[in-house]
Order: sequence, then structure tokens, then C-alpha cells
Amino acid sequence: MSRMWAIVERELRRFRRSPILIVVSMIFPLCQLVILGYAFGGNVKHLRLAVVDQDHGLPAVKIRELAQAASSGARTVDLIDYADEGQAVHDLRNGRVNGVLTIPPEFSRRMLAKNDPKVALIEDNTDNVVANALAGNLSSMLIAYNEPPTAARVPAKATLDVVEVYPYVPYIQYLLPGIVVMSIFMMVMIGGGIIFIDDKARGLHEGYLVTPITKFELIAGFNVSGTLKAVLAGLTIAIIGSLIAGVPNPLDPLRILRLFIVIIFTAFALISMMFLIMVRVSDPLLPRAIFGVLNTVLYFPSGAVYPRQGFPAWMQAIATVDPFSYAVHAFKSLLLKNTGMEAITTDLLYLLAFSVVAMTAATSLFRRTL
Amino acid sequence: MKNAIDVRSIVKKFGDFTAVNGISFAVEEGEIFGLLGPNGAGKSTLIRMLVTLLPPTAGTALVGGFDIIKQADDVRRTIGVIPQAMTSDLELSVEENLLIYSKLYGVPREKRQRLIPELLEAVELLQWRDKPVKNLSGGMRRRVEIARGLVHEPRVFFLDEPTTGLDPVSRTAVWEMLQRIKTQRDLTILITTHYMDEADKLCDRIAIVDHGKLVALDSPFTLKASIPGKNVLEASFSNPPVGWEATLSQLPYVDGVTAQGNVFRISSSNGPGTTLALMEAASNANVTVHSLSVQSTTLDDVFVHYTGRALRDSLQEASAMDSPFMLRRPGR
Repeated sequence: MSRMWAIVERELRRFRRSPILIVVSMIFPLCQLVILGYAFGGNVKHLRLAVVDQDHGLPAVKIRELAQAASSGARTVDLIDYADEGQAVHDLRNGRVNGVLTIPPEFSRRMLAKNDPKVALIEDNTDNVVANALAGNLSSMLIAYNEPPTAARVPAKATLDVVEVYPYVPYIQYLLPGIVVMSIFMMVMIGGGIIFIDDKARGLHEGYLVTPITKFELIAGFNVSGTLKAVLAGLTIAIIGSLIAGVPNPLDPLRILRLFIVIIFTAFALISMMFLIMVRVSDPLLPRAIFGVLNTVLYFPSGAVYPRQGFPAWMQAIATVDPFSYAVHAFKSLLLKNTGMEAITTDLLYLLAFSVVAMTAATSLFRRTL
Repeated sequence: MKNAIDVRSIVKKFGDFTAVNGISFAVEEGEIFGLLGPNGAGKSTLIRMLVTLLPPTAGTALVGGFDIIKQADDVRRTIGVIPQAMTSDLELSVEENLLIYSKLYGVPREKRQRLIPELLEAVELLQWRDKPVKNLSGGMRRRVEIARGLVHEPRVFFLDEPTTGLDPVSRTAVWEMLQRIKTQRDLTILITTHYMDEADKLCDRIAIVDHGKLVALDSPFTLKASIPGKNVLEASFSNPPVGWEATLSQLPYVDGVTAQGNVFRISSSNGPGTTLALMEAASNANVTVHSLSVQSTTLDDVFVHYTGRALRDSLQEASAMDSPFMLRRPGR
């Protein structure tokens, strides 16, 4: 195996002379963490809600007071009074307001007569997030409006008490496990089997193919060197990302040790997979061309950005074999729940089995001659 | 004397194209053996088979006594190879390149600590040992490759066009270095080159390969002696009359004439005698002699004799089969 270590040494010496490569490979995942984390993670606020009160009765005033309270408290909505519903809808269509709350002329009378009183929310449904936020906010407001003035000491209705096992997880923390896997994948793309393809394109491979190195030693050399580079990237992003995302106790030594183990398994699985995909490729442009496709096919079905339970069956099938899924699950366990090894044993076993299968297949497909 | 290389009816086909067509020859231990031929002749394919980079379609060869098909790993341990492409890592230093390759060959630590400075000294790169290869000139890079190819003390050294692309000074330096290394070490060298003059000076024996076949094999001296004529006259004329080639053929001592436009190459067993006769014939026929040169027979003449075309013309015709990676047009 000394020849394998010669390949590893060669790769690491070359890698050390390209510090810019190391930095660039880490910038993309960090940007994604910060930008996506803050773009999708926050609560929607300051939605402009046009209020058209055509009733002016006491119940209508109470509705407006509740809306005003929501506006002053959570600041989800900013109220704008309109006298004319037509003008309000016109402004909604032109994007000046996000929704129109109409209290119809008969609202108070119907309320007092208990005759199906209704208020209307006219919403811009081209933006689901805003529309759902407004609908949710106003539904809560109406529930509060409908509460009797004095509540019974012992509620007669069944209610749900929710107990959260872990502290609140903001979206940026939810994204972090996927970003760590992404950083490993980035380094795998830059520093893994693609180097052999570049060597082929430059003719460098003829130099080492005439030495007595075996197929297995050569592939293992590239995979181990790629793994070392990817571990460096993954561990750096896991620690920096934890600090940015506000993960509790980010420098807990036991957790870092467990993260380190998962990063090694993930890196080796991904690099073995890449070598298998690229084992017969000679064109150095091809890996770069398929990077985007691979990234999409592996990253998004893994549950890194959205729960797998929401996927259609075919995407669930991809997620089942996708090594990203197991890596993301393991990182979620460690980063979000700070679990022990028991929770990630299945993930590690799958990643190990995946590596063995991929490397065996790559070794049998690898051509020792030109 | 034992054979270091024994090529036996070796054939290589790429699809329906035969790049090497049943070549057989043997190289004795300690020889510098030259393979000459134009691009596409099959010499790089032949060398790639001998160094185990390409499997032969038929036939085989023994290198260092080992079969290139059945004992490929033993062959790899026996040989040093400088492929046509530059294969050193440009980002690594000169010494690092040698170090990595010595490890790839499994050279023990003590041995490589002795060998690497020795080789760098031999190729005159000791003072550049810490410099990245990318900072070196083309000639220096070739010297790095030569040192790297010898880092495991091979018995047989293959060099595929090691001087192509180098300036004349660097070319001379590389050849002198190879001669010096060969005398210091117990080496057999097989080398391919386009440069006939260099091959003439340095090779013990030469094989001329064309269209995948061996067309001649012997020492440079014997090869030159084997073709008619001791001298070659190259003359150009203004408006030579019809049948001028036949007239020239009738001149004294002439063995053969070939014409390309107004330029005539005349093989002669007595250059001065034919020159006098040619001048007289031109004067009698009222033909003006534009230029006239008399040369001794060169390997170029040998090549023309055996292949029917000049090497310098052939070099322009890059064959689609020159490399297995080149694209082939359908129907060609």
C-alpha cells in the first residue's frame, strides 16, 4: 500500500500549493447557509393590509381593534384604512397592498342576530407565503374575536398541548446539516476523481500508469487524498456554520468528535461515488458540466431543505439510495439534537456499505491501460 | 549477448485501422536503439505496447525477459519511461517529482536519499531541486523527466521523442546527457525521434517504421551503405527540357534520379564526377543551373529509399491514428 500513500502525498502536496482552491470551495456553502438561512427562515412581517370598514358598528370596531393589536404586537401586518373597496382592490392588484380586509355593511347586524356574520380577506394568491401568513393571522384574530368574554374554569373542549423536546430551531440551523454535506461534495468535485480526469487530459496519467501501482492502490490513493481534503472542508464548515447559525455548544468536544466521524464516512462515500461515475470519463469538461445536475439530484431529495415526507414516491426512491440523505440525517442528529452514536449508526453503516460497493465497482471498471 | 527487448510479430489495431502490423525485432542489452518514422508510422503505438500502456491485438514482446502481457508488473519494475507528453507535476518541485515517483516504484528510503541527488547532479538540476517544475524551461523539464524515469534504476529506458519541441541547444544537451548516463549505468535505451541527424550520431542501431511496418533495421553506417550512391546531388534548373530526368540518369556514376518540380535529387557513387558531367550537360542543353549541392548519404536518404518519401514531408501528415484519443472521421 506504500504506492497508494505516494498518490496521497502527491495530491496533498499539490493541494497545499492551491490555498485559493480551499477557500473558494468553502465560500459557496457558507454563502448558501447565510443567504438561504436568513432568506427563508424569518417570520413574514409588515404586510400591508387594507381595511375597508363598510359597517362602522360596535363589532366592526372590535375587529379593527384586534387587527390593530396584531399590527402593534407581532407586526405581521400594517393596517391602512380605505374608504372605497374598489380602490383597495385596485391597489392590491398593483402591489401597493398585500391584502384587503373587508367588513361588509351588514356585519354588525348579522353578528348580533347570530346570522352567519362574515368578514372577507381578498388576497394576492400569486404569493403563497404572504397569502398564508395573512390568512393565518386573520384566522387567529377571528378565533380571539369569537372567544366568550369569560372562559370556563375547566375547558369542555379537547385541546392539544405541544411539548418541544429541543430548543427552537431556526431555519438557518435546519439548513446547516445539508450545507455541511454540500461543502464535502464541493471538495469532492474539486479535489476527487476529477483530478484523475485532468491528469488524463494533460497526459500526466501515462507517467504513473507505467509504474507498478495497482488499480486498487491508484483508486484508493485518489479516494483517500480526496477524503482528507473533503474532511478538512466539512469540519471547517461544520464548526464555522455552527457558530454562524447559533447552534448551542458548537465547540463541545464530544460532538466535534462525532461530527468528525460522520464527515469522514460521508467524504469517503461521496468520493467513491464520484470516482465510480467518472471512471471511464476522459473529457475534463464533463464533470464540470454535470456538477449542477448531480448537486440537484443528490442535495434536494436528501431532506436537507425540506422534509422527505413531503416528496412524491419517485423522489422518495431517490432519497432512499442517495448517500446525501443518510449524511444529512446524521448531521441533523448531531447538530440539532446533539445525539450520541446510537442515533446515527444506521447512517454510518449505509455510508460504509455504499463506499465499499462504489469503490469495488470503480476498481473493476477502471482501465489500467490507455 | 542477451536481448533486453524482444518484439515478436506484434500487432495493434484500432477498429479497422492497423497501427502496428506484425513488427519483430530484438534490442541487445546495452544498446541505444532508435525507432525512426514520421507521425502516424506507429512508433508511439509500438512503444506504448512495450511499456504496457496499450495491450497488443496480436503477438507479444519480452522486455527485460518479461512478457508484456502476462508479466506486465514485472515489466513495469524493469523499465523507465519518458512518454511523449510531459508527465511531471508542474506544481511540485523538481525533487518532489522524483520523490513521489521513487515511492510509486517502491524504492527504499535509504536508496532514494542516495539516488535522487545523484540523478539531479547527472542531469545538472541539483541547484534547481526546490523550484517548481512550472518555472523551468522546456529543456530543463525534459531533464527532470529523464531523472524521474531513472529514479528506480531501470534496466531498460524508453524515451518517446524526448527532444521534440526543444531548441537545438537543449536537444544537444539532452542527447549528451543520455549518452553520459548510459555509460555510467547499465542501461538499454530505446528511443523514438524525428531527428535523423541525432539518431545517426547516437544510436547503435536504427529501425525505420512506416505505415506500421518495419522497413529497415541496422546500424546507421550499414543502412547508409545499403542504399545506392555515396553522394546525393540536389540541383534545381530553369525550364528543364522534356526528358531532362532521363538525361540526368544517363550521366556517369548516377544510380538514380527523383524529381520534384524543378528540383532533382541524384544518387551518385562519385559526387565530383557526376557534378562535372551535370554542368556540362546543362551547358550543352542551354539549361541554367539555379542551385547545386552535393551531400554525403544521410539517414534522410535512407528513409527516402526505403519509404519512397521524405521524412520532412511525412511529418506534415498527422495521421488520425497517431493517437488513440484522436477522433476518426467515418469512412477514413
